[in-house]
Amino acid sequence: MIEIKKLTKQADNKLILRSVDLSIKKGETVAILGPNGAGKSTLLKVLATLIKPTSGQVVINGLDLKKNAISIKKLLGYLPHSSLLYDHYSPLENLIFFGNIYGVNKVEEKAIKLVKDVGLSFFLNEPVKNFSRGMIQRIAIARAIVHDPEILLLDEPHTGLDQGAISILNNVILSMKEKGATTLMVTHDFKQAAEICDRIIIVKNGKIVDDFVIEDHNLTFVSEKYELQVEGIS
Amino acid sequence: MNQMRTALFLAKKDLYSELKTKQILVTQIIFAALVIVVFSFAFDPANNTTKAVIPGVIWVIIVFSGILGLNRSFISEQRNDTIQGLLVAPMEATSIYLGKFLANFTMMLIVELVSIPFLFLLFDFKFLGSIPYFILVIFLGSFGFIAIGTFLAALAANSKSSEMLLPLLLFPITTPILIGVVQATRIILTNMEKFSSALAWIQLVTAYDVIFFVVCFLLIDYVLEV
Repeated sequence: MIEIKKLTKQADNKLILRSVDLSIKKGETVAILGPNGAGKSTLLKVLATLIKPTSGQVVINGLDLKKNAISIKKLLGYLPHSSLLYDHYSPLENLIFFGNIYGVNKVEEKAIKLVKDVGLSFFLNEPVKNFSRGMIQRIAIARAIVHDPEILLLDEPHTGLDQGAISILNNVILSMKEKGATTLMVTHDFKQAAEICDRIIIVKNGKIVDDFVIEDHNLTFVSEKYELQVEGIS
Repeated sequence: MNQMRTALFLAKKDLYSELKTKQILVTQIIFAALVIVVFSFAFDPANNTTKAVIPGVIWVIIVFSGILGLNRSFISEQRNDTIQGLLVAPMEATSIYLGKFLANFTMMLIVELVSIPFLFLLFDFKFLGSIPYFILVIFLGSFGFIAIGTFLAALAANSKSSEMLLPLLLFPITTPILIGVVQATRIILTNMEKFSSALAWIQLVTAYDVIFFVVCFLLIDYVLEV
């Protein structure tokens, strides 16, 4: 599904990504862990077509990222730190706008259903600017999946969420997984990573230093591996 | 075709936002009204020489109220990083440019539609020239100014002092357009005998509009990269 070969990103003489090689199969849910400044979000931004790589190749669904950016963008659902929502628009208006941009059929019906799915149907026509952080994140999740993407790119999606919103987000990721979607999630939340992901990648200094499959949601195993790679504790 | 469709969605979104917030258009119209009122006090409408000031006043209104709108055009997309939402969507950077251009141009035309008749009314100006050519000059001048301004607004939006940077970049580049349209407006409004000269200015502005619109279209991809 996603093939990354010798991916390098340089900015202001600093190497952010150093010859990253990565292969992700369709339907996998992958967590990317690592300390601050390791290059996790940059990797996600390159995949989301927001940043052009300095060198290397990214192939998604058999399509080269450089040559087929528009076709690849249709497959992606991107959820960064920011909500990417228009403050003075209601959830419905936001979802209809983004749905139209993605060419979603029956966009209004889809938008109403998504707002209901994230538990905010009472606030369908309220401006987003009046919402709490958790409510905004719920609508941001709905925005990211309005076009039923085949690949979900999530950048620290659990940050600042209450238990209800975390549960909604995890359910969205798991239901997308059931539909065959591939998920890449940058996170510092090991508990959530262990709970919903089936593979963990650890990034340090722009390189992948560990890549392993996780079984039985074993949080201790993830923590030990991370400490070994990042903090040098064995 | 798809490029135009997404551009229209974006323009519609911007205009609908404006309808809800009334931040830009109201400011532009208030600014235009202030300019007209100040100039009407400074120049006696009963005096014949006042006619010579009108072309300049029209373009002062368009340029400065235009900048008010252009400044907000891309800065508004920085709140909640909504520009990233547009960049990750399956649309070309040129669609974003075209959508923003259409929204800015529509708002500019609304300001002109309100302010120019008000200006003529307050200055008791009797229109003796050609109305279709006058409309053409206003259209061409606004088109070029907004086309270049939208591109430079995208460029300046990444700077911390974008509101200062935009006029600094915009005025030198749009000077040929402004000279051309002010001259053409002056001839069309006051001295139709020299119409051939106005036509030459119109041709110059048209060529400048086309060249810069194409250049902006080609370069916008590099400007909008995160």
